[in-house]
Amino acid sequence: MAADWIVFWVCAPISIGSAIAMLLQRNAVHAALFLIVNLFTVAVLYLVLGAPFLFAVQIIVYAGAIMVLFLFVIMLLGVDREERLVERLRGQRTAAILLGLGVVGEVVFAIRAGVGFSTRAPAGFGAANGGGNPQALGRLLFRAYFLPFEVTSILLMVAAVAAMVLARRRERPVASAERRAQEPIEPSEPSEPSEPREEEPVG
Amino acid sequence: MLGQFLSHPPVELGPIGPELVLAGAGVLVLLGGALVRRRQPRALLLASLAGLTGAAVVSVSLWRWRGHATVLGGMVQADRFAVVARLILLGVAALALVLGHHYFERLGEERPEFYPLVLFTTLGMTLITAAADLILVFLALEILSLSLYVLTALSRRLAAVEGSMKYFLLGAFSSAFFLYGVAMAYGATGSTHLSTIARSLAGQTGNQALALAAVALLVIGFGFKVAAVPFHMWTPDVYQGAPTAVTAYMSAATKVAAFAAFLRVLMTSFQPLTWDWTPIVWGLAVATMIVGSVLAIAQTDIKRMLAYSSIAHAGFVLVGVSAATQEGIQSALFYLLAYAATILGAFGVVMLASGRGEEHTSLGSYAGLCRRSPLLAGLMSLFLLSMAGIPPTAGFIAKVNVFRAAVDAGHWGVALVGVLASVVAAFFYIRVMVLMYMQEPLEDVEPDPSIVPRLAVAVPALLTLLFGVFPGLVLGLLERASVLRW
Repeated sequence: MAADWIVFWVCAPISIGSAIAMLLQRNAVHAALFLIVNLFTVAVLYLVLGAPFLFAVQIIVYAGAIMVLFLFVIMLLGVDREERLVERLRGQRTAAILLGLGVVGEVVFAIRAGVGFSTRAPAGFGAANGGGNPQALGRLLFRAYFLPFEVTSILLMVAAVAAMVLARRRERPVASAERRAQEPIEPSEPSEPSEPREEEPVG
Repeated sequence: MLGQFLSHPPVELGPIGPELVLAGAGVLVLLGGALVRRRQPRALLLASLAGLTGAAVVSVSLWRWRGHATVLGGMVQADRFAVVARLILLGVAALALVLGHHYFERLGEERPEFYPLVLFTTLGMTLITAAADLILVFLALEILSLSLYVLTALSRRLAAVEGSMKYFLLGAFSSAFFLYGVAMAYGATGSTHLSTIARSLAGQTGNQALALAAVALLVIGFGFKVAAVPFHMWTPDVYQGAPTAVTAYMSAATKVAAFAAFLRVLMTSFQPLTWDWTPIVWGLAVATMIVGSVLAIAQTDIKRMLAYSSIAHAGFVLVGVSAATQEGIQSALFYLLAYAATILGAFGVVMLASGRGEEHTSLGSYAGLCRRSPLLAGLMSLFLLSMAGIPPTAGFIAKVNVFRAAVDAGHWGVALVGVLASVVAAFFYIRVMVLMYMQEPLEDVEPDPSIVPRLAVAVPALLTLLFGVFPGLVLGLLERASVLRW
């Protein structure tokens, strides 16, 4: 018990502090780094709560993969880009604060109505986690939900193809590009003067 | 210890055989399009058609499935309803592939992604017809929606991109509704299995209020997909903006798939609440038939007109759904079959008649089409007659069946509105025929002279006539397929 207590009181302030620090950062990279700290401490809290699988997933997926993606996007857009912090819609800030408070109230109410603020595990928790938490999740994922799990992989593949199709630059028809390559180059008269020259797509 | 982990419940892959074949074909065609240096669209087309044929063969073999009714942890239902819906979808996909191949070839654009995307869309659609769990329904719905958003934007016209964007935003919105409905159903009954939900609701053990909220939200989600009024806003823009071959595909196939899932969810899991959801479906049916038919009159673009017409047709299928009987399921299935053949053929003719790309789709360019291409004008007239519900076409039999099912179930009013709406609708179908036959050509549009896409359009035309004259050929099969168990 004591160990739990210590770990919690070490991690919880860091978690909240890093979250606030992330919001207050002007530099996007610094904000992202604070977010990593936050995700790590929340992962430790999961471990304390007896959810080792969630702990691992939180670190691998969120602190790992998704953060890399975040940083990648930030770098892609330009690290030194300044966001203007002027609200575009009038009353946006007030509405955001009110709605945020609303969500907090909703969560408190939902927890109160659901499991309550007790420290006991909800009913059936032990049975559902029989043989260990990751094992129980694995059984669910690869037995009862085997097919949805596999179907999700097809969904992700379609999403990847979709992103590629939509993001690709406009390309010239292959046939005409080849013909152009075979034609003798006439520097004085470009074949399509009206079309702005874009980079040739690779491959 | 190891044995404990390796032991697994029996895996019966038979009932998802068509999907396995489609997934394999989709991946192969995707790789073929990406890796082969000199891309051969024709080879990709043939490989895709082979995949569809394989899936169809496996589907047919499932007609006599002797194994468990539900397999893979109760996720997939192996019944004849799914077999019939799959066969319709596979046929639509095959014809659409031929049309799309021709469309992009004539446009001079190379789109090797078209083929795998159609295969994956078809996979999502066939899977949704057999899904016996709301989670799987949702995943299949997402596969088909995601592929359709991209297929819409496959040509880089501004209208296509705009349509795709609208489709995506509204589609994502409707998915949220659907998912919320699934959550409500789980909250009401503690399960997402269609049969468990039904048992729990029948035994009065579930939370009725949550179950009703679930029905409402799921109806909204499906309403978006089948384009029922008031959830139809995206349809005209998307159908008009998308490449015509893609429009042909999605107008026919999406409706079949979404209605198959709609029927299964309402008639199995929410069957104990039939008295509560039939009024909702009536309301949708009436609004959809009236709004679709009336707004179609005001259109000046043939693709937009057909889009509104497809909205009206969703209303007629909803009439069959609202009957909530086996006869209703059968009539809805027949309507979907007739509708799929007709709308696919109609958009196919539009693709051929408007020359290259999307330049000539205004109604004015159909003036005097019979001079330039008597064959296309004839085919178009046949499809228009079928949509108007005039014998001897499949559309007539379909409408009669749907109305009879509604009347037999005691819903006189809906059937009456349906008849009135089809009279209104007949006006704008006939108007196009008048344009084609009785007016001088205004624009000098040269119709596409190719043979192969003409054959692809002739197939649905033949089916439209065949089912109109000899509906008994399929009605018996459909009757045996329209049993939904739980």
